[in-house]
Amino acid sequence: MNDLSTNRVPPVQVLLVALALLAACALPFFLSNYSTFQMTMVLVYAIALLGLNILTGYNGQISLGHGAFYAIGAYATAVLMDKFGWPYWATLPVAAAVCLVAGFLFGLPALRLEGPYLALATFALAVALPQLLKYKHLEEWTGGVQGIVITKPESPFATLFGQTMNGDRWLYLFTLAVTVVMFVIGWNLLRGRIGRALIAIRDQPVAASSMGIDNAMYKSLAFGVSAMFTGVAGALGAIAVAFVAPDSFTVFLSLSLMVGMVIGGLASISGAFFGALVVQFVPNVADHISKAAPGAIYGAMLILFMYVMPTGIVGAIRLGWGKLRRWRAGRPRA
Amino acid sequence: METFLHQVVAGLATGGIYASVALALVMIYQATHHINFAQGELAMFATYICWSLINAGVPYWVAFFSTIAIAFCLGVLIERVIVRPVERAPVLTVVVVFLGLLFILNSMAGWIFTYTIKSFPSPFPKEPPFGLHIISSHELGAVGVTLVVLVLLFGFFRFTPLGLAMRAAAQNPDSSRLVGIRVGWMLALGWGLAAAIGSTAGMMVAPIVFLDPNMMSGILLYAFAAALVGGIDSPGGAVLGGFLVGVLENIVGAYLIGTELKLTVALVLIVGVLVVRPAGLFGKVIVTRV
Repeated sequence: MNDLSTNRVPPVQVLLVALALLAACALPFFLSNYSTFQMTMVLVYAIALLGLNILTGYNGQISLGHGAFYAIGAYATAVLMDKFGWPYWATLPVAAAVCLVAGFLFGLPALRLEGPYLALATFALAVALPQLLKYKHLEEWTGGVQGIVITKPESPFATLFGQTMNGDRWLYLFTLAVTVVMFVIGWNLLRGRIGRALIAIRDQPVAASSMGIDNAMYKSLAFGVSAMFTGVAGALGAIAVAFVAPDSFTVFLSLSLMVGMVIGGLASISGAFFGALVVQFVPNVADHISKAAPGAIYGAMLILFMYVMPTGIVGAIRLGWGKLRRWRAGRPRA
Repeated sequence: METFLHQVVAGLATGGIYASVALALVMIYQATHHINFAQGELAMFATYICWSLINAGVPYWVAFFSTIAIAFCLGVLIERVIVRPVERAPVLTVVVVFLGLLFILNSMAGWIFTYTIKSFPSPFPKEPPFGLHIISSHELGAVGVTLVVLVLLFGFFRFTPLGLAMRAAAQNPDSSRLVGIRVGWMLALGWGLAAAIGSTAGMMVAPIVFLDPNMMSGILLYAFAAALVGGIDSPGGAVLGGFLVGVLENIVGAYLIGTELKLTVALVLIVGVLVVRPAGLFGKVIVTRV
């Protein structure tokens, strides 16, 4: 969180981000189509986790139901593409706007709920969600239990820099571009005045309001913005998977997002990527052991991280980095 | 009229099960001010233990009571080993640890007992009681078990020294410690009792919904609703809330919105109660001093 106290970004961080971005751009040309798709999903989850982190990590409002906003974004995109024939890229702003409004509206009653009660209400939302999506009077739009199949977008270029450009690679790069935009927005929001206000409300609500921060406004705004990020992720996820159905948005999705955020690192922006890697690959790998393994590993990781490293992977990296620097500073120079 | 009456009675029967789980939630909330998200999975796991005991040839009631004892020990163990270290941690930490427990119990049940749906025996006769046609024996029995649990609990807390000590530890831990009550163990006992109560709910609901690792997720939601309607710090309120929610769920499901949206009833109830009257019907209104 030390990046919040000053607006100057250390050059090491700029270099690291630039390198990571370069590597991310080159990545799909070294991977199979399926792995490229998996990496696309990692980016999608990273956006969703950043959204959840804005609300829970920075603002301290616990949401166990962010799968709902993911689902709303996914369905907004799917319905627009399927029923109205919109191109996939045009649906993203609409999905974002719909989720912003939905999140803001859910945030209004949530203002009265604190700590475990908000967790409870959002948990209820996550459990009830698949039933709501199957609701028969919405079936005309949502396709009911069957869901909606959408066509996967084709690449507009056949080749790029002499490399073949298939649908998967194109979609990855498209998602990467959106991810960069979303993270720049998130970073700008969180590093300045607004981010400080959110943290102040999380840590000392009374002091924050006596400093002139409009707690109610910021809290519902945080809910809205958080839902918007997660909704954009849902929309991108729907495009990448090319299918939405009620049973892809069970309570497991919401809880996975929670797991990803906690393991990646609470109140950290880069933590979203580590969390997304966990959410995407742990179930994939663990499924080979047994159907029960992903849940068991998630559960064990959650408890272990809370005991040993409550700040997540990013916290561990920061701690290690700090130790390394102190060790080097303390060493007598030869 | 006949169908309406049937809906009400069936609602009371499932309401008894919600009431038991709600009671378990209230037990833990009163002692520690935590909402136990793993309560449902704990009950489910206990029900699996009962199932394997019965499968091993143990008579039903023996299995029933041994399961309650095992669940009690499991609850105490979980409190001592997993919950104790985060007792004073921020809310988010506690919620995350409970979610971890939920994941672990759920997947352990799936791992040990597989995910195939199993039927679970009912200890009550097949034919309806007293020649009545609006209620099955199992439903009546389930309500009976809930009421027995409630009476036993009331007696325990009202008339035994241990019950008094537990109430004291929940109400004022510091003073209780000064008069020699081992507060930590009282909390562990509370967890044990909650797990035991939850396990009766699991064993009563399993013949109706069948046994699988996810059987309690919907029920837990209704139990949350029940506990909130009654007031999350009021045991009597939680039981009444359970019956209310059970009846409401059935009537709204049958006459207003159809069965596919039943879980939404719970969602609306939870959000509604929390927003309009967070203390519920019988709970204490929380006043925070700034």
